[in-house]
Amino acid sequence: MTLDSLDKQLLNIIQSHLPIEPEPYKKLAETLGTTEEDILARLKRLIEKGVIRRLGAIFDSRRVGYSGTLCAMKVPAERIEEVAAVINSLPGVTHNYLRDHPYNMWFTLLVESQAKLENTLEEIKRRTGIADMLHLPALRIFKIRVNFDLGEDENA
Amino acid sequence: MLSQLDKEIIRALQEGLPLVSRPFLALAEKLGIGEEELLAKVRDFVDRGVIRRFGAAVRHQDLGYVSNAMVVWQVPEERMEEVGRLMASFDEVSHCYQRPARLPDWPYNLFTVVHGQTPQDCREIAARLSRASGVANYRLLFSIAELKKSSMKYFVEK
Repeated sequence: MTLDSLDKQLLNIIQSHLPIEPEPYKKLAETLGTTEEDILARLKRLIEKGVIRRLGAIFDSRRVGYSGTLCAMKVPAERIEEVAAVINSLPGVTHNYLRDHPYNMWFTLLVESQAKLENTLEEIKRRTGIADMLHLPALRIFKIRVNFDLGEDENA
Repeated sequence: MLSQLDKEIIRALQEGLPLVSRPFLALAEKLGIGEEELLAKVRDFVDRGVIRRFGAAVRHQDLGYVSNAMVVWQVPEERMEEVGRLMASFDEVSHCYQRPARLPDWPYNLFTVVHGQTPQDCREIAARLSRASGVANYRLLFSIAELKKSSMKYFVEK
């Protein structure tokens, strides 16, 4: 979709923060010199077109109490679809990418405890029959740039 | 620790802020609490870092950042702090994490995501990071296909 100048200004502002007050859209309208109805209509359209993926709270998974990790598996080319179906069916898998490396399937997993995390990895190995998996939990986070929509709410 | 109410608030908030004049009031009514109580909770979550950001998650492809790559680096443990901070300071780097190496198959222990206009842009950014840090053993992993991408839903099982 094409974004006009006001759409872009609106996106710029709300990427960093939405007002946490009773009438946040009215506040945005005042800041941008337009009406609340116009802001609501623009947001509705940006959400429908998929430009905005989520409006509101972006959580820190660790502070919510969840455990996460990044995993990479070596999946034979002819099994990619089938193995992806198994992995993607798990609700804690938020991202799964095919990458150009012998470890070709990369997914993030977020679950409510460390024990559940280990059980889930075992389950994936059992159901796919693929044991060659790198388990790469974050040891230290130097940076997460918040205005990039790339797994920022799932710091696995 | 999160209380039962905290978890219910998180569950409600992750459905997205409603597009009505008083969205917090609408959510508060569903939760059976007051608007001011909900606003105070949200501010408290932001202060405690439970909410990393209260805003919009935007699909960046639609805003012109068309290429990205995961770049993985083999960094000597004693240089991790310095190199991690250096790479994090670059605007083109959105994410920078230390992760464990898994020898012998996987020697890389620092992971960055770099953004550019083209794949070649990403390669040039990685080369600049390598020169700046003196870390010579690295590799770019481009994504070939997105197999799944979804927002995390917390506390879906009551």
